[in-house]
Amino acid sequence: MLNASLKQLAHQLAARKISSIELTEIFLERIKTLNKDLNAFITVNEEMSLDQARAADKMISSGQVQPLTGIPVAQKDIFCAKGWLTTCGSKMLSNFVSPYDATIIERFNQAGAVIIGKTNMDEFAMGSSNETSYYGPVKNPWDISAVPGGSSGGSACAVAARMAPAATATDTGGSIRQPAALCGISGIKPTYGLVSRYGMIAFASSLDQAGPMAKSAEDLALLMNVMAGFDARDSTSMQRQTEDYSRDLEKPLDRLRIGLPKEYFAKGMNHDVASAVEAAIAEYRKLGATIVEVSLPNTKLSIPVYYVLAPAEASSNLSRFDGVRYGYRAPQYSDLEDMYKKTRAQGFGAEVKRRILIGTYVLSHGYYDAYYLQAQKLRRLIANDFTEAFKQCDVIMGPTTPAVAFDFGEKSDDPIQMYLSDIYTSATNLAGLPGMSIPVGFGDKNRPVGLHIVGNYFREAQMLNIAHQYQQVTDWHLRAPERLPVA
Amino acid sequence: MTLSLDDVKRVASLARIEISEDEAQQMLTQLSGIFSLIEQMQAVDTSGIEPMSHAQDMMQRLREDVVTESDQHLLFQSVAPQVEAGLYLVPKVIE
Amino acid sequence: MQWEIVIGLEIHAQLSTRSKIFSGASTAYGAQPNTQACGIDIALPGVLPVLNYGAVERAVKFGVAVGAKINSPSIFARKNYFYPDLPKGYQISQYEIPVVEGGSIKIQVGDAEKTVRLTRAHLEEDAGKSLHEDFHGMSGIDLNRAGTPLLEIVSEPDMRSSTEAVAYAKALHTLVRWTGICDGNMQEGSFRCDANVSVRPRGTETLGTRCEIKNLNSFRFLEKAIDFEARRQIEILEEGGHIRQETRLYDAQRDETRTMRSKEDAHDYRYFPDPDLLPLAISEEWIEQIKASLPELPEVRRHRYIRDFGLTNYDAGVLTSAREMADYFEMTVKQLPMQAKLCANWIMGDVSGRLNKENIEITQCPVSPGQLAGLLLRISDGTISGKSAKDVFESMWQGEQGGDADAIIAAKGLKQISDDSEIERLIDEVLATFPQQVADYRSGKEKAFNSLVGQVMKATKGKANPGQVNSILKKKLE
Repeated sequence: MLNASLKQLAHQLAARKISSIELTEIFLERIKTLNKDLNAFITVNEEMSLDQARAADKMISSGQVQPLTGIPVAQKDIFCAKGWLTTCGSKMLSNFVSPYDATIIERFNQAGAVIIGKTNMDEFAMGSSNETSYYGPVKNPWDISAVPGGSSGGSACAVAARMAPAATATDTGGSIRQPAALCGISGIKPTYGLVSRYGMIAFASSLDQAGPMAKSAEDLALLMNVMAGFDARDSTSMQRQTEDYSRDLEKPLDRLRIGLPKEYFAKGMNHDVASAVEAAIAEYRKLGATIVEVSLPNTKLSIPVYYVLAPAEASSNLSRFDGVRYGYRAPQYSDLEDMYKKTRAQGFGAEVKRRILIGTYVLSHGYYDAYYLQAQKLRRLIANDFTEAFKQCDVIMGPTTPAVAFDFGEKSDDPIQMYLSDIYTSATNLAGLPGMSIPVGFGDKNRPVGLHIVGNYFREAQMLNIAHQYQQVTDWHLRAPERLPVA
Repeated sequence: MTLSLDDVKRVASLARIEISEDEAQQMLTQLSGIFSLIEQMQAVDTSGIEPMSHAQDMMQRLREDVVTESDQHLLFQSVAPQVEAGLYLVPKVIE
Repeated sequence: MQWEIVIGLEIHAQLSTRSKIFSGASTAYGAQPNTQACGIDIALPGVLPVLNYGAVERAVKFGVAVGAKINSPSIFARKNYFYPDLPKGYQISQYEIPVVEGGSIKIQVGDAEKTVRLTRAHLEEDAGKSLHEDFHGMSGIDLNRAGTPLLEIVSEPDMRSSTEAVAYAKALHTLVRWTGICDGNMQEGSFRCDANVSVRPRGTETLGTRCEIKNLNSFRFLEKAIDFEARRQIEILEEGGHIRQETRLYDAQRDETRTMRSKEDAHDYRYFPDPDLLPLAISEEWIEQIKASLPELPEVRRHRYIRDFGLTNYDAGVLTSAREMADYFEMTVKQLPMQAKLCANWIMGDVSGRLNKENIEITQCPVSPGQLAGLLLRISDGTISGKSAKDVFESMWQGEQGGDADAIIAAKGLKQISDDSEIERLIDEVLATFPQQVADYRSGKEKAFNSLVGQVMKATKGKANPGQVNSILKKKLE
């Protein structure tokens, strides 16, 4: 059961070989065993999960079965879920029981899925190692001395360690793809506007996008079918026709043109990562794809641009955490200003404060044009690079990260080194493009390597097809950490 | 451009984050490093380029003017730090 | 030195939508604290704004009415500052590109007409309220008002006296109510003025340093605050001092302005385009549709009343100060087209006076325009005297005889004596009874004439037509 695909689980449930209650209990048990070491979950609420499982079993017995009915899904703790503690990895929200459901939660609930728990994450999704979580870091299940990546490290760990069949995640600069790569699982960040942001606690609104994490592309397609869709409550949500993201999974790849950006392969990539990625591309050649060289000259600026725009938006988005209406309030203060300052000084961790200060600075009087406006102009140039590249190819491939998972503490004192973890991923957020990561082997210290696939706008079905075809001829996605035996 | 300790303190005050002298010093070092990375942006001539605020080229959708929300203040205030008589309490506000 | 006062106004008009600008919570006034503050209004983590069609429509209506340019697209921006009544820590407003740009409005000061140019009008959300009653030394926050749509209307510094500023504010007040975009209720804060005041030596062009005065919730306070502030600034300058640019609060009780402590530090609002809201496009077609739906505007009507009815500028101005009054006037005058002045006088005088006394609106007036016209017809054809008409009007107000003027006149026997021979007979009687007065008049004491008229009127219980009495009496005494 722990290694089963979503499709297999659905079959088992439909055939009444297992109930949702039983399935949920299996995963709750697995979490109970592993979570104290891995710290992937902030909140587990057996009672609430089992209530949902019970309801799912009723749906199944009354014949109202949808593809995910009865299947446990781990929810990143960035999504507000009614009645669930929703912390966003922060002390600031350490007492916040959400009074409402995010659209994503509603959609999973309507699909009959079971919330198996709320996963750990970097505080307010700001981090690439999960070390910024108020609840302590998540461990990489392949090697507990290594980081799982971030910010969706808890979700990635949960799937990799088979504590959940699937998980939700969010990605502002690489927060789905980087931890997916570091934990050896599959994850997709859809086109901006495809998945509703309503109820997803905002980091950088114009970049944030939710997406699924799972063991395979086939599973991701099923999850996308639940997550994607128009939401009137989100002004940036796209009104499009409903798609079946599984529809193209079996298409052959013989006419596929893969673009390799020459800038990515020039320098900066570690040797172990490079050879795994090259092997994957060789596999695609065998599947019939042609390789073309493309150029993304401005993407080298994506980290500076990202570290202006994301903190700017964050500095404003996080102003609502002021100790007035919900969340943490400092126990002692002299007056209103002091209450604000102490609440925010005590409620936010170091990385969040750093980014708030960067963002406040770049928006402040006299600096706006040089930083914020310049970054917005460069953002357009970066987006234009992709538009040009997609004239020559269908997808762009490269490594998801320049190196495999690093050790705890290795970069935590050096923000810049940490920021460079997102060097290949953040450009797609700036452009609003979809990106995904799939496991393509192991590098140094036997830690997983991810292949980054960037598609054109709304080409998720095609990207899932491309990933699925690779996963039909390779088995990297089926590997689970051996140190965590699956009973 | 170089960031000063006063800049750090000014920005922390604007952002309503209490910061000690030591923290400000440490923050100055870190932020200076980050800004040296950010400064790479200045090398590109962007004159004539339209700034990009949104990931997609779309116009604002409008909501019909109807009341859809009902009173939930008891639920909302169940997670509030301090309330009385339906009001959120804060240290005295001066005008 | 002669000083010139320079004034620009920023007026916040609360738009009359049912729901808030970015949420589906009700905007109704006076609810229990926080019962109309939904998740979006209290800024729960994760919530997002969606723009209200009704708010945009009203903003465009205003823009069209003042002949402004409607920007498409316009951009929503965040104005960042911390205040407990501002739940998100930023206000969604418009900064670089507002929905309405330019335009102008005509004001009447005495008999002169003046044009005040508008800089812009932009959409934004209102904040909540801080209640300062003592809750164990703390303040209470009510967020019911948070997210109510506002149109901030900014004028150019075109006004030169508090009188002009009040005339401008009143003209805008009339216009927003006339077009139905705002209920204009100043007590409830639906129409709020901030004034930017500066002074400069008369004859110079450079603007002086200005102060912004907040919290002017009546036209009287607006006038007094500007007068106080101008005096304050002139005094400082005459003593060789400098004006500090600041935000000041008008204290009505003490009739003075003072520095707002909460606004003391120079604000750095860090405006930037709101990433949660996309550019607002308004099609030409929509603008045309709104243009076509606009009622005849007060200015147009005022000119029509002067042209078609021969009213004075002043009368036409008063009658078009509210659409309801203008409509009442038009319905009345429609039945008495040749008596527009009489209609105007009555509506501005007796009708308005009575409404004020009862503190009700003209739409609730118990005397309908048709009934009033019935009364005025009897004045104009000489059936009753102006004095009796007041009695008849009072009876109509009370609903006597179904409010029918003729029925009341008949019932009360108020019909005027207009028969020449009857009046002549009465005059003869009076002349015979008061020979002394007759003699006095003939010896040159003009006053005696009035006394004789009085006696005639007394004899007829006021029912004789005074004009006729005058002329016949004069003839008899010659």
